[in-house]
This record gives sequence, structure tokens and C-alpha cells, in this order.
Amino acid sequence: MRKKWWKVLAVLIICGVIINGLLGPVPRLFILHESIRNVYFHVPMWFAMISMYFVSVVYSIKYLNTGKQAYDLMAIEAVNTGITFCFLGLATGMLWANITWGEPWPNDPKLNGSAIATLMYLAYLVLRNALEEEQKRAKISAVYNIFAFPIIIVLIYILPKLTDSLHPGSGGNGTFADLQMSNELRPTFYSSVIGWILIATWICTMRYRMRLLERKQELGA
Amino acid sequence: MKKIVLSIVLLILSTLSTFAQEDVDMATGLRSEGKIYVVVLVMLVIFLGLAFFLFLLDRRISKLEKKNK
Repeated sequence: MRKKWWKVLAVLIICGVIINGLLGPVPRLFILHESIRNVYFHVPMWFAMISMYFVSVVYSIKYLNTGKQAYDLMAIEAVNTGITFCFLGLATGMLWANITWGEPWPNDPKLNGSAIATLMYLAYLVLRNALEEEQKRAKISAVYNIFAFPIIIVLIYILPKLTDSLHPGSGGNGTFADLQMSNELRPTFYSSVIGWILIATWICTMRYRMRLLERKQELGA
Repeated sequence: MKKIVLSIVLLILSTLSTFAQEDVDMATGLRSEGKIYVVVLVMLVIFLGLAFFLFLLDRRISKLEKKNK
């Protein structure tokens, strides 16, 4: 993971997404107009977030299996990075919702689900800070993390699909009816998702390495 | 017969929707004046600047790691 090529690749992908995302062809839709291009920038934030949370769960399980402290550090840094992308997703979503749905926070199951999910992960960080002893902290937060991840999937992915939601892919949704992702959007959208996941991974690994250094210093001192 | 009627109805409906689509406002003015390229360039500059910063940060951490070995 310390190789340079995939970081350069990520930067190139996002540059391509910025160029094609603003200049490329998009479907002409009512209400949305040019703001459909936000799909390239707003949605990948959530993909980056969920992949970071997934990484975190994997490392939490690894920690519980082996008891290696380094895995716990990776889990916490993955959540830190994920939360950053979550707030970017919330902020961009609110801007977009304001012009398409009329208010920054309409009463939409996906929005409320993501709000609860965000609070859950903030609680994870608070929980970690509340526990003094290192091993206890790692163990309890790993267990919490493993329970939090399936709940967040249900809250932001499954529940909005079961009820009416303003977001596409949910029951009774007129706004995006002719866009169950138009084919023109797909190449740029998927590259954007991959690119942002790579960028998030990059930031996460750097924070992890910093944590390791800090820990080494603490143990040395 | 039923199928033919249905397909004709569908055909008419589909042309209706394409007619409707032509009225959607897009940023054609911005594009024809060429000013959208300025926005693209600005965004690229910001993103590349941040990416450059990330690369510097990465190198700095690598240096620290080497020192701490």
C-alpha cells in the first residue's frame, strides 16, 4: 500500500472526472437540469465513506482475532476518514437538496437514516475517548464497531428502499424516474467512485502511519 | 391487435417525452461562450493543489518512518 502508482492513478481519475463531469453529455431532466452532474461528486462521497467503514470493521474483526494493537489503530483511522467523507456527503447533499427538493433537509428516510448513522459513528469516537485503558478501549470499540456497521447499511441502504424516499432507487419516486442511472452517466460515475475510494484509502493509510509513529514515540518515551 | 395498439400508444408517449425534454434548460450559454472551461480549470487547479499537498505529506511521513526505524 505504500507504492506510489495507485495514488497517482487516483489523482488522474479524479481529474478525468472533473473534466468529463463538467463537459461530458448528461441527460436533460426537469428540475435537475445541470445539477444532475452532482451525481459525479456527491454520491462518491458516500461510497468512500461506506468503504472506509467497511475497512474499519474488517480491522476490528482482525483485532479481536489477534489482539494486535496496530489493527485497532487502523480501525479508528478508517472511521475518522469515513466521518470526514460523511460530512462532505451531508454538506453537498444539503446544497443539492435545497435546489431540487426545495429545502436543505426534507423529511426523507435516507437523510434521517444517514443522520442517525453519523451520530452512531460519532458515538464510537466518544466511546473511545471515554475509555482510559488501552486494551479495554480497543476491545469494546471493536465490538461496537462490528454492531454499528450492519445497522448503518440497514439505515442508509435498505430502509430507504422499502419506503418512499426522494432519492433514486426507492419506491414511488417521480423525480428520477427516467434516470435509474442513465447510461451516459455511468462511466464517469463509476470512475469517480473508484477514484474517491482510492483517495480516501490514501488519506486513511497516511493517518494510520502517523498513528503508528505516535505510538512508537509514546512507548519509547 | 391489442399489441399493435399498445405499441402505437407507447410510441406516441415516447415522442411526447422527447418533445418535453427539449424544453429543459441547460447551461448551453455558458458552454457556447466557452466560460465553463474556466470553471473546469479552476476546479482542476484546486484539486491538483490538494493532491500535491497530499503527496508532500506522504513523503514527510515516509521520512519520519525511516528515521524512527
